[in-house]
Amino acid sequence: MTITPVSRKPMSFVVPVVALSGAVAGLLVGTANGSAALGILIGAVVLAGLAVLFMTVLTDKRMGRWLTLAIFTLAGFFLGGLSGLVVGLLFGWFFGWLIYWLAEGRYRASLPPYTTPMQVLWHYTFRVICGAIFLFLITPILVVMPLSFNAQDFFTFTPEMLRLDPAGYSLKHYVDFFTNPDWQNAVWNSVTIAPVATLLSVGFGTLAAIGLSQPHVPFRQVIMAILISPMIVPLIISAAGMYFFYSRIGLQGTYLGVVLAHAALGIPFVIITVTATLVGFDRSLTRAAANMGANPVTTFFRVQMPLILPGVIAGGLFAFITSFDEVVVVLFVGSAGQKTLPWQMFTGLREQISPTILAVATILVVLSIMLLTTVELLRRRSERLRGLSPG
Amino acid sequence: MKLTTTLFATAALAVSTGAAISESHMAKEMTIVSWGGAYSNSQQKAYSDPYSAMTGVKIINDESSAEAVAKLRAMNEAGNVTWDVVDVVASDAIRLCDEGLAMEINADKQLAPAPDGTPASEDFGSLRVSDCFIPQIVYSTTFGYRTDMVGDTPPTKICDVFDTKKYPGKRALEKRPINNMEWALLCDGVPKDKVYDVLATPEGQERALAKLDTIKKDVIWWSAGADTPQLLADGEIVMGSTYNGRLFSLIVEQKQPVAMLWDAQVFDLDGWIIPTGLSPERQARALDFVRFATDTQRLADQAKYISYGPARKSSAPLVGKHATLGIDMAPYMPTDPKNAKNTFLYNYEFWADYRDDIDAKFQAWLAK
Repeated sequence: MTITPVSRKPMSFVVPVVALSGAVAGLLVGTANGSAALGILIGAVVLAGLAVLFMTVLTDKRMGRWLTLAIFTLAGFFLGGLSGLVVGLLFGWFFGWLIYWLAEGRYRASLPPYTTPMQVLWHYTFRVICGAIFLFLITPILVVMPLSFNAQDFFTFTPEMLRLDPAGYSLKHYVDFFTNPDWQNAVWNSVTIAPVATLLSVGFGTLAAIGLSQPHVPFRQVIMAILISPMIVPLIISAAGMYFFYSRIGLQGTYLGVVLAHAALGIPFVIITVTATLVGFDRSLTRAAANMGANPVTTFFRVQMPLILPGVIAGGLFAFITSFDEVVVVLFVGSAGQKTLPWQMFTGLREQISPTILAVATILVVLSIMLLTTVELLRRRSERLRGLSPG
Repeated sequence: MKLTTTLFATAALAVSTGAAISESHMAKEMTIVSWGGAYSNSQQKAYSDPYSAMTGVKIINDESSAEAVAKLRAMNEAGNVTWDVVDVVASDAIRLCDEGLAMEINADKQLAPAPDGTPASEDFGSLRVSDCFIPQIVYSTTFGYRTDMVGDTPPTKICDVFDTKKYPGKRALEKRPINNMEWALLCDGVPKDKVYDVLATPEGQERALAKLDTIKKDVIWWSAGADTPQLLADGEIVMGSTYNGRLFSLIVEQKQPVAMLWDAQVFDLDGWIIPTGLSPERQARALDFVRFATDTQRLADQAKYISYGPARKSSAPLVGKHATLGIDMAPYMPTDPKNAKNTFLYNYEFWADYRDDIDAKFQAWLAK
């Protein structure tokens, strides 16, 4: 594969780069231990020293990598116990690899031979930036997961947890979630409200999108703007308006009221996604169907619906998530009898900072990952069956 | 009166009487609004569960007491009151009563007398600060400190909170002027009985803020009762103010290295109100519930689950041991003589008159 010639790099290049990466690692460890500046200094010095050592004395690569791993693991263990050991293991593995990767110039191997140094630099900088953004997005979600197994009733990594002591962990917040009637009621309410609201949004939204895509409908832009306004108007305004309107007609504090309110919030998503798919829809197909004797309903279900289905499903998913995640409108339109999961999490977080919320969050994250994976697998399977993609 | 006495005499009779009075003219479902957390749990166990068992009424809990005033105003405006009984602090009860959003209660007619026949108005005494307010508990806002962060000389005086040299570290204070201004003046040398006189003047308010200024950079401001316990458990703060029941739960139930600083604790009251605008069936049900939940035995029962003092004089001797831990509750009560050596009573009238003004100054000071 490799067509780019690989050559060893001078120390004047490798040592500063390795020291820089050591400084970044030192910044993380140092901040956690109280002194960022000291961390940067120690990290840079240690890594620079290692790089010099490996490039002059210890040229045996395997030996060097094992040595780095051992040093970092032991240092981590003595400084931070069991969890320090894990961190040390990761750092040792990474830096052992990094030093030789740089020193042997292998970082150029996967790039075309004509790339300039600036292009190489940008190639890797770009990847580091992407990785950092990914980390920034995902860390808050990952952090709550171990905390949900906390044996204490606080949002705190206890010393026992950091030592990876089994006594610091427990499933009691999960037990609380599955046995506490408040939480179970909230789950039941969410599960009964969201699908019905989704069905209503999908039904009305699809019909509206089809109607609004007919060229002869008058005031199309105005009607469209009104229908998607719940997405644009600040939620709190919609919620307050709905509260007073629904109170007058006796819908406030009822199951039906919450379902209708959530349907109104979901309709814009369905309209937008379905309108987008309708742009690519060939109208002559419906005329052909009519020409062959199909009535409009048959035409819709047999011809149009299958073609716009991806847009309908995407809109439905958005509508479902809107209803399932929604807390502002339900606080206004619902009463305590319609307490949904987000409402329960909201009050739980305000009145009592209980890790049960983290347990619920973890369960929801795992569920959504499973849901998305299933959808993706099904999509690939159907593509394979249709012969659109190999393998 | 006879009926209620019998009601608690025998359990069997209680069940049948309950069934008899709950028919036809009372609603079968009610929404009770409270604060959530450990406090709502104690009410659930002491009041709601026995009441549901006795009458078969379905009770729905709403944890919205923090915004009770705003929500009741909105409900009233929309003409659709969905709450039946609401737990509020005394100052909110006074406001709701003044605005006509809470119904007036005739204590002697509509609330249960003490077991010895003392009428309810006497049993509650001065704690009934408004005609709409049915007192439930006496709680206090006081300080907790980390025992492992204060060295060998734990704080004993309120003014230790202002002493950042002796007790370095962050402190948590509530993000509002109430209590903080009083404590600041006390520690600036104002005698206890003069605090509100001083605080009524602009110079006094400046003086209190100037005192708070000395620790401002060390303060973490909290707005929910659960914040301080979390910060103490984290070791983020060395001391912080919160409701004494939250600290009890932190110390006794969660076994955290925290102790109470009772000095200059501020007493306040919490109790029930019944909103106006309920249908006759729902109002009858709400009154029936409140009569049950604020009788002598029920109020004493709540103290089994949380360390707040019952509002009736006749309940005090009945306060016993914690329901699950079996420890004596009396030493954890804010009203216990040992804890109540130096207390401060929240002045409702003062804050009703000066709240808006001082709030504005406090918020401006915070933003500086």
